[in-house]
Amino acid sequence: MKFDTPAGPNPIDRMKVVGQPHDRVDGPLKVTGTAPYAYERHAVAPGALYGFILGAAIAKGRIAAIDTRRADAAPGVKAVVSYLNAGPLGKGGKNTAKLLAGPEVDHYHQAVAIVVADTFEQARAAARLIDVDYVRGSGAFDLAAAAPTAPLTGGSSKEGSAAPKLDRVGDFESAFAAAPVTLDATYTTPDEAHAMMEPFATIAAWDGDRLTVWTSNQMINWAHEDLAKTLGFAPDKLRVDSPFIGGGFGGKLFLRADAVMAALGAKAAGRPVKVAMTRPMMFNNATHRPATIQRIRLGAERSGKLTAIAHEATSGDLPGGSPETATSQTKLLYAAPNRLIGQRLAVLDLPEGNAMRAPGEASGLMALEIAMDEMAEKLGLDPVEFRIVNDTQVDPEKPGRQFSQRQLVRCLREGAERFGWRARDAQPGRRRDGDTLIGLGVATAFRNNINMKSGARVRLGGDGVVTVETDMTDIGTGSYTVIAQTAAEMMGVGLDRVVVRLGDSDFPTSSGSGGQWGGNSSTSGVYAACVKLREAVAQRLGLDPAACDFADGEVRSGGRGVALTSAARDGELVADDTMTYGTLGKQYQQSTFGAHFVEVGVDAYTGEIRVRRMLAVCAAGRILNPKTARSQVIGAMTMGVGGALMEELVVDTRFGFFVNHDLAGYEVPVHADIPHQEVVFLDEADDKVSPMKAKGVGELGLCGVGAAVANAAYNATGVRIRDYPLTLDKHLDRLPEVGAMRRA
Amino acid sequence: MKAFTYERATSPAAAAAAVAGRPGAKFLAGGTNLLDLMKLEIETPTHLVDVQDLKFDRIDATADGGLRVGAFVSNTALSADPRVMRDYAVLTRAIQAGASGQLRNKATTAGNLLQRTRCPYFYDTNQPCNKRSPGSGCAAIGGYSRQLAVIGTSDQCIATYPGDMAVALRVLDASVETIDPKGAVRTIPLADFHRLPGKSPEIDTVLAPGELITAVTLPRPLGGRHVYRKVRDRASYAFALVSVAAVIQPDGTGRVAFGGVAPRPWRSPAADAALPHGGAAVVAQAFAGAKPTRDNAFKLPLATRTLAAALTPARTA
Ligand SMILES: Cc1cc2nc3c(=O)[nH]c(=O)nc-3n(C[C@H](O)[C@H](O)[C@H](O)COP(=O)(O)OP(=O)(O)OC[C@H]3O[C@@H](n4cnc5c(N)ncnc54)[C@H](O)[C@@H]3O)c2cc1C
Ligand code: SF4
Repeated sequence: MKFDTPAGPNPIDRMKVVGQPHDRVDGPLKVTGTAPYAYERHAVAPGALYGFILGAAIAKGRIAAIDTRRADAAPGVKAVVSYLNAGPLGKGGKNTAKLLAGPEVDHYHQAVAIVVADTFEQARAAARLIDVDYVRGSGAFDLAAAAPTAPLTGGSSKEGSAAPKLDRVGDFESAFAAAPVTLDATYTTPDEAHAMMEPFATIAAWDGDRLTVWTSNQMINWAHEDLAKTLGFAPDKLRVDSPFIGGGFGGKLFLRADAVMAALGAKAAGRPVKVAMTRPMMFNNATHRPATIQRIRLGAERSGKLTAIAHEATSGDLPGGSPETATSQTKLLYAAPNRLIGQRLAVLDLPEGNAMRAPGEASGLMALEIAMDEMAEKLGLDPVEFRIVNDTQVDPEKPGRQFSQRQLVRCLREGAERFGWRARDAQPGRRRDGDTLIGLGVATAFRNNINMKSGARVRLGGDGVVTVETDMTDIGTGSYTVIAQTAAEMMGVGLDRVVVRLGDSDFPTSSGSGGQWGGNSSTSGVYAACVKLREAVAQRLGLDPAACDFADGEVRSGGRGVALTSAARDGELVADDTMTYGTLGKQYQQSTFGAHFVEVGVDAYTGEIRVRRMLAVCAAGRILNPKTARSQVIGAMTMGVGGALMEELVVDTRFGFFVNHDLAGYEVPVHADIPHQEVVFLDEADDKVSPMKAKGVGELGLCGVGAAVANAAYNATGVRIRDYPLTLDKHLDRLPEVGAMRRA
Repeated sequence: MKAFTYERATSPAAAAAAVAGRPGAKFLAGGTNLLDLMKLEIETPTHLVDVQDLKFDRIDATADGGLRVGAFVSNTALSADPRVMRDYAVLTRAIQAGASGQLRNKATTAGNLLQRTRCPYFYDTNQPCNKRSPGSGCAAIGGYSRQLAVIGTSDQCIATYPGDMAVALRVLDASVETIDPKGAVRTIPLADFHRLPGKSPEIDTVLAPGELITAVTLPRPLGGRHVYRKVRDRASYAFALVSVAAVIQPDGTGRVAFGGVAPRPWRSPAADAALPHGGAAVVAQAFAGAKPTRDNAFKLPLATRTLAAALTPARTA
């Protein structure tokens, strides 16, 4: 099915099942510990050996020699594989760095070898007996040092919004020079880790020249393609299976070393091998959200109308890598006739930078939305009003092009009302609760909507059960549930009559999970397959499909109702289809919007910033399931608090690696950091997007949170911090002296 | 992790002898620190002597009105003991500010005192670290040192002692009771227990090989207002950037020790004497001669401000 004209009325509009806050259908499996995650799938490959990956001890250079004799001789060891005996390997299209080093080392903790042994402990102990002789090379590890000479590149973040090299509309320089009120400020965001709960994990088993990997991956199709390419064999000999994923946040979008090394280890040992990456290795072995340096210039009339916007961002990556497209939202968010947008990319020899939840916008809004707060203050305008004044209903670069739906203003107004924004003191540093300085902050949330082609197969069994099969993944988002709801709505059956099977490369290729496209795209694919199945059912029953209504387990036509089950009495009905998209995404700008409101308390003595209240108002098309959507948004808000206040991969610019590479050093929020979070969804349905009329929310919920926290902290203290994370050392020396200190 | 052998000791002297008699042997208590370090091969003991059966799990009153805390008393039990909560509230607060409920259930009094530094380079065996492999150098000097010490350091090591409990014990003038392989017992004031790195940062404490901690004793209660204030980047489950343990008397005199700033809980008589003159005076005394790095220079003003908060009577936490 091709979606190329706005959706008319369709069965989803009934919203009997879709749009209802159903519990997750996979919930009981998760809470009883019976959802089969990759590393615990003991039954799929009984007697599997254990693999342990050795990571490179240097960031850049060459392996002069590898001596595995001590490891080979260690107890229980069945195989040791390094580049010396792995055979020729290709490189996947989606990963920048090779997944096995040798002889060149491209980054710290790049996989150097896998040891396969009878037990995990034996493999781990033997891995340390591999003697690797490294020749250190020199590398570039310091973004600030590389930034001044980084070339303009533009580019795409592979998952998410693209950034042009240099985008000009009007004459930015003249308009900026002429503007009565201007801002020119530079913001930085650090490298961040996905830090998902489940580590990279794979069980690999060969059967002759056929390979199966049970793994944890967001994009089955990409993993399938890139693993076949890396190992240099035909994709049809490979099966990738990943029904449950313990979080990914973009870290599992691509093929990673666990799958490649497990496959190599299993081949060498002649037996199935299971591999999980240890936590301390994940931070440097895998990908991360790249640090950015962002310069923003704003010029406005005294009325508050922006006349000039410039946003230039620099990030770094390995040679051949891609930028963090931090400027992408600035192309679309606020009106202004003169605009300049530029994206630079430095070569850095740090681990690979790549997509992490809301790549581009998450980092970009952390900067842009502080700049908007600073500018509002310069103009003497309320930050909510300032954003409303500069709203646009058209693409500012192509004014003929409308947004498919844009209710940012409503999000801001409704959020302000609900949050009690009026209580905010425009003058910072004045509200107190004992020794705590109180501040309120706001920021716009914006994330583009992306549609991906997505296929599914739907079966109607003789028992009346509707089974959906697609290689779509559920990374904790609720895919199982919204897909079941879609099939139930389309076929007119209860959720209990629907079975959803995901994550298997033998199933039709789906959108996968990334870029907040999964919910809308995968359910649209299921919609397409269900339309076909409805036709098959009608045909089998001798009815006109166009005149049929599927409800309450019946097919109704012309006042007559037939049990749906009867259509499959003589054999299962199967329908297969893929939803593809026409040019509506070009005709209309499709984006999701929201407003984040945050209250923080800052300890007047120690400068510790803690969040006290949070509210998100989201406008993101039809909400397929308010409960799972809310979970997505509060999870994203939590991640936003982490990015605002604590998360930072610290680069050792001498040795070229992330130093704090475990969960003690890389701090993410704990329960005590997260207060009550409120989420409101505006009642929307966007007919230009898909027959589901839905968009994504999983990333929207993160976009802007960091800046809302930063703006609240400024409102509390009167000290502006432009470098994330906002740790206390960045404002301590500028905080006012308080209480007992004055005595001293 | 390297292969090791394991035994459960049946008497304190036998435990001490078992460790002293085997190079590379170590005691095992709750295992929450030692096992983590073994998995990373930062510690590579060849033999573990488990002390859990030694009946060091009591908290008893002492003749001079204090408490004797068995080496194996869990952090949870110690912090929740009604006598401790009443008379040594700074200790309860310090323990409860550390780690997590699950860890405190498992962590023991002796093990907590002996927890090793959290310097990130110490944790990465690819990096030079004098504490982990003597003579290899110190990657933290000139590297990432935001968490590390500002005073008491040497040109060999700038790591902190990371724990909370010992900071409170220091302010309470606690002592450590030990037994050696020959059965000889000694008492070590906490002030002398942790070593400064000097030229041998690999040695954290004054304990001799095989010397087993049997108890920690607390002198008579001090009265006063007990404060433990731990400053960190997130609200819980993180090591201190700076912590302050203080016992303040109604007349403004008292005692103060700092955590997160030095290779041991940091306290000085001159700093205590300065307490009536306010936080800045105390910090000036306590941190005279401090050598912070660019990354951690903020700890000095932070210590001043945190102490000021602690001295403000309205605050109790
Ligand atoms: C995630 C995490 C977070 C943490 N956060 C904090 C925190 O915020 N604040 C804090 O203070 N601590 C924190 N800790 C550290 C924790 O307090 C220690 O791990 C714990 O107290 C160690 O006690 P244990 O009994 O498990 O010691 P073990 O690991 O068993 O032993 C530690 C050391 O003590 C030796 N030892 C044990 N008993 C004796 C004895 N009787 N005599 C002589 N030697 C002995 C062992 O040989 C070993 O060298 C944290 C730990 C973890 C894992
Ligand atoms: S500060 Fe000490 S523990 Fe850290 S790297 Fe240097 S020697 Fe090792």
